[in-house]
Amino acid sequence: MGTVLIDGVEVEIGDDERLNGIQAAQRADKEVPHYCWHPGLSVVASCRMCLVETGRRDKETGDISMVPKLVPACQTPATDGTVFITDSEKVRAARALVEEDLLIRHPIDCPICDKAGECHLQDYHFEHGREERRADLQPFTSRRRSLGDTVTLFVDRCVMCSRCVRFCRETAGTSELMVVNRGTHEEIDVFPGFPLDNKMSGNVVDLCPVGALGDKDFLYQQRVWFMKGHDHVCGGCSAGCSIRVDENQDRIYRIKPRENQQVNQWWICDEGRYDWHYIHDGNRVAGPQRQADDQAVEWEAILDDMDTDLRRQERIAAVLSPFQTVEEAYLLAQYVRSIDAEALLGVGPIPVSGEDESFAQNFTIRAEKCPNRKGVEHVVAGLQGELLNWEAFQEKLEADDSIQAIWVVGGAPLGSECFSDETGACLRRRRTLIVQELFPSPLWNSADYQLPTPAFAERAGSFVNCDHRLQSVDWAIRPPAGVYTDGQLYWRLLNRTGLFQADVVRRELAADIGYFTLAAEEIPLDGVCLTLNHLATESTMVDSA
Amino acid sequence: MAEFEPVLLANIDRDDSHTLRGYESQGGYNGLKKTLKKCSPDDIVNLVKSSNLRGRGGAGFPTGLKWSFLNKKDHPIYFCLNADESEPGTFNNRILMEEDPHQVLEGIILSCYATGATTTYFYLRYEYPHAWNRVQQAVDECYEAGYLGKNILGSDFSLDIFLHRGAAAYICGEETGLIESLEGKRAWPRIKPPFPAVEGVFRKPTVVNNVETVACVKQIVDRGADWFKSMGVPADPSNPRDAGSYGPKLYCVSGHIEKPGCYEAPLGLTVQELIDEFGGGVWKGRKAKAAIPGGISMGILSADEFDCPLDFSGPGKYDCLGLGTAAVVVMDETVSMVDVLHNCCQFFAHESCGQCTPCREGTSWALKMMQRISAGKGRLMDLDLILEIGDSIGIIPGTTICGLADGAAWPMKNAIRKFRDEFENYIKETNPDGCHETVPVPALNLQASH
Repeated sequence: MGTVLIDGVEVEIGDDERLNGIQAAQRADKEVPHYCWHPGLSVVASCRMCLVETGRRDKETGDISMVPKLVPACQTPATDGTVFITDSEKVRAARALVEEDLLIRHPIDCPICDKAGECHLQDYHFEHGREERRADLQPFTSRRRSLGDTVTLFVDRCVMCSRCVRFCRETAGTSELMVVNRGTHEEIDVFPGFPLDNKMSGNVVDLCPVGALGDKDFLYQQRVWFMKGHDHVCGGCSAGCSIRVDENQDRIYRIKPRENQQVNQWWICDEGRYDWHYIHDGNRVAGPQRQADDQAVEWEAILDDMDTDLRRQERIAAVLSPFQTVEEAYLLAQYVRSIDAEALLGVGPIPVSGEDESFAQNFTIRAEKCPNRKGVEHVVAGLQGELLNWEAFQEKLEADDSIQAIWVVGGAPLGSECFSDETGACLRRRRTLIVQELFPSPLWNSADYQLPTPAFAERAGSFVNCDHRLQSVDWAIRPPAGVYTDGQLYWRLLNRTGLFQADVVRRELAADIGYFTLAAEEIPLDGVCLTLNHLATESTMVDSA
Repeated sequence: MAEFEPVLLANIDRDDSHTLRGYESQGGYNGLKKTLKKCSPDDIVNLVKSSNLRGRGGAGFPTGLKWSFLNKKDHPIYFCLNADESEPGTFNNRILMEEDPHQVLEGIILSCYATGATTTYFYLRYEYPHAWNRVQQAVDECYEAGYLGKNILGSDFSLDIFLHRGAAAYICGEETGLIESLEGKRAWPRIKPPFPAVEGVFRKPTVVNNVETVACVKQIVDRGADWFKSMGVPADPSNPRDAGSYGPKLYCVSGHIEKPGCYEAPLGLTVQELIDEFGGGVWKGRKAKAAIPGGISMGILSADEFDCPLDFSGPGKYDCLGLGTAAVVVMDETVSMVDVLHNCCQFFAHESCGQCTPCREGTSWALKMMQRISAGKGRLMDLDLILEIGDSIGIIPGTTICGLADGAAWPMKNAIRKFRDEFENYIKETNPDGCHETVPVPALNLQASH
C-alpha cells in the first residue's frame, strides 16, 4: 500500500494500482478538471487544464519538498509519498488562464449548442474561469462540416483536446480523424474521401468534452436538461453493454455508454447507439387482440379467456425469448408450470448476424443479436433439467401431440423477425397459440391470441451476457399505452398482487435455480459474474444445447 | 583573444572545403582512424564528459551526460542530428553543413561510436537546399571511402546515415518534435518522461545532438579535453548547478551591423565585443538600441546591457532566457520596439504547434494585441495582459510540454519590461482617446467591418 497526500488528505493506493493525479484526487473527492485526459485513451497532457502542484513527502522525516513548477495531474503518477495540491492560488490561476484561453476564439453559442448543459467548457468556466472577458471581441463564426454519416463537426467550438483523434487511432483502429494545420489554425478533419466510418464512430461524440462533435442522430432533438438518464443494458447483441437511456416523457432521444470495466469499458457500438428508433415505430403491436375478433380488445377481456383456454388443454408448452429478462422468462415458466407441472419449455430462435467483431481493449460486437440468451437458457435448463433450443423444442413438439397449447414470446426488433412463414409450422397446428411480439410476424398473425411485448428499454430485470455477467436494471421508459410489460402480464396471470417487482422475482429465481445463486444479493452497477455457477451447472446445459 | 585560432571554421574559406579530398588534406578523419584503432566507446564518452562540452543547440545540456543516460540494454540505439536550424538570426549550422560537411560527419561518426548508435537520421531544415546537396555529397563520399557503412575502416563498428529533410516547421527543432516528425507524424513534442535516451525514435533509445555540438566532439577528439577547457568561462564555484561554458562557439551576428556573419570565438565574449571586434560596429555609424542575445527566443538586451557575456549563464543574469544559439541580432536606435515585439509575436503565433492550450492561445492572443497596438488601437492594459501571458506560458511555469512557449514569452517580457516607456508613449500617441479603455474592444477584423 502507498499513501498519497491530496490537499492534506491521505489517500491509500493499492500496490498494483497505477493511478495518475486526477484519479488519486478523485479518491479524496477532489475533482481535477481536465479535457484531453480520458482513462480509456493515451495521455497527451496537452490541454493543461489539470495542472496541479506536486511534490514528495519524505518517508522518514515527513518533510515535504514541492516541485517549483506546475505539472499536469494526468501525466503525474501517484505513488507512495506523492503530494498533490489541487486548490492553491497558483493552480486556480493556471486553470483560469486555460479557461480564458479556450474561450478567446470559442463562438460561445451555447444557446444553439447541443452540448450546453453537459459541456465541460461551460461547467469549468463557471467553476474555474474568470468572471469577465479580457480578450478582444471576436466575430461570430459557426463553421461546420460533416465528418461522416454519424457525426458533424462544429469547427469553432473545438478545444483541440484530440480525444476523438486518439479514439479513432487507438480503439476503433481506423484512424479516420486527424488534426490539420498548426497553432490556432488547427482543426479536426478527415482525409478527403475517407469519412469517419467505423462501427464505433458515435463514441467520439461522447468523448468530445465540448460541443464540437455533434451526433447527427441527436442534433437539435432535445435540450439535455429536459432528459432523464436511466441505467440500462443494451438489447442489441449478447455483449450486453452497459448503457444510459436518455428519455423525456417516455420518448428516447439518445443512448449513451455507461462505464463498465467488466463489459464495454467506456464504449458502445453504433448499432447499439442508433438502432433504437424501432421502439417508437408506429407499427408496433399496440395491444392484445384475438384472431377471432380481428381487432384490439381490452386486456381485461382477454386475460381470463386465455387462462381458461390454457387450463382446458392436457399439456402446454412455452417458448421463452432471448429478448426477455430472466425474471420475465422465469415468471412465464412459473405460470405455464402452474397449469401443467410438466409444461414443455424451450428457448426461441437466436438471431445471428455476421461474426463477432473485436476492437482494441477487448471490446467486441457480438454476432448474436439478442441480450439474454444465456440467462433464458439457464432458466429453461434450471427448471426443466434440460435445455431445449429452438430446433430441439420443435422436434419435441412434433413428437408430442398431447401438447395443444403453446405460448410463444418473440420480441425481435424491426428488421430481424425470428418467426418467418416456415418457422413454427408445427406450432400452428395446435389448438391454442398465444404469441407475444414487438412487431407483427407471420406467426403472430396466425396466433389465436396476439399479444404485445415490450422493447428492451421498457423491460425491468436482469440480462446475462455472453460472458455470464448478469446485470440488473429497471425500465427506462414505459411501454406505449395498451402494452403490458411481460413482467406485469405474468405477475397478474399468476394472481400476484400489486406491481411486478423484478428484484423480488430475482431472489426467488436465485433460490430456485443454482446458476442464479449469486443474484440473490443486491446487484452492483457493473453486474455479477455467474461463470462459476455456470461451470457447476454445465452438465444440464451440454445435454441438448 | 589574439592567440585564439578558429578551429570549427578553420577550413571554410578553402574552395574544396566541402569535399572529402579537401577535408582529408587538412587532417580530416585522422581522429576517427585513431579512435577506431585505439579507443573504446567509453573512452570517447569520458573524454567528452571531461571536456564539459555543453550542447550548442540552445539549452546547453552537457553532452557527455546526455549520452550517459542512454538505455544501453535496448537496441538499436539511434542518433539524430538536429540540423533543423530555424531560430531566427541563427545560421552557424548552415555554414558548417555547407562549407565543411565532413567535419559534421566525422563528429557524427565519433558520437555514434561513443554512444553505440548504428543509425543516424540527419534531420535537415527544409529551407537549406544547398546544405542538403553538400551533405548528401559528403555522405556519398564517406560511403565510398569506407567512413560509413558496414565495418568502418575495418573495425567492428558500422553506421548508416540517412538524410531527412524536414517540412519547414520551427517546432521540428524541438528534440521530441523532431522525433515525431521523423516518424512521419505531426511534430507535436512528446511528454517526458520517457526521455529520448530511453524511448526516442521508433520507441528506441535515441540521442539528439546539434550540428555544432558534434563538430565540437570532433575537435575534442582531435585536440583533447584540456584544449577545449583552456578557453571559455569556468564554472561559477558558488553555483553548484553551473557546468561552466568551455570551448569555442560560433557566434552569429546580424541585423543593423556593418559586417554581419558567423564568427568563432571562445565562449564568454560580450555582446559589445562581438559587435565591435567582429561585426565592425553598428551600421551607418548609428547607436545600438537593443540586441537579441541568442535567437529571439532568448529575449532582448537593451543597449546598456551589452556587457552581457555570451556564455551559458551570462544572458540569464540580464533577465534573458539564456545563451540559446548565440545568434545576436543588433537593432539600431531607429528601430521601434513595438515593431520588434509585433514581429516576434507573429513568429511564435505562426510556429506554435498548437498542442498545449496556453501556448497555442497565448501566442495568438499576444499577437492580436500587438496587431491592434501597431494599428493605433492599443490600450495600456494590453501591456499588462501581454506580460501576464509571458509570465504564465512555458515549461518554466509548467504550463506547456516544450520550450517553444518560453521562447515566445521572453521577448514579450523583456521588450515590455525593458522598454515600457516606449510602448506606453506609442499607445498614448496613436490612441489618445482609447488608451485607458479597460473593457474588451472589438478585434481588428471586427473593427474593419464596422
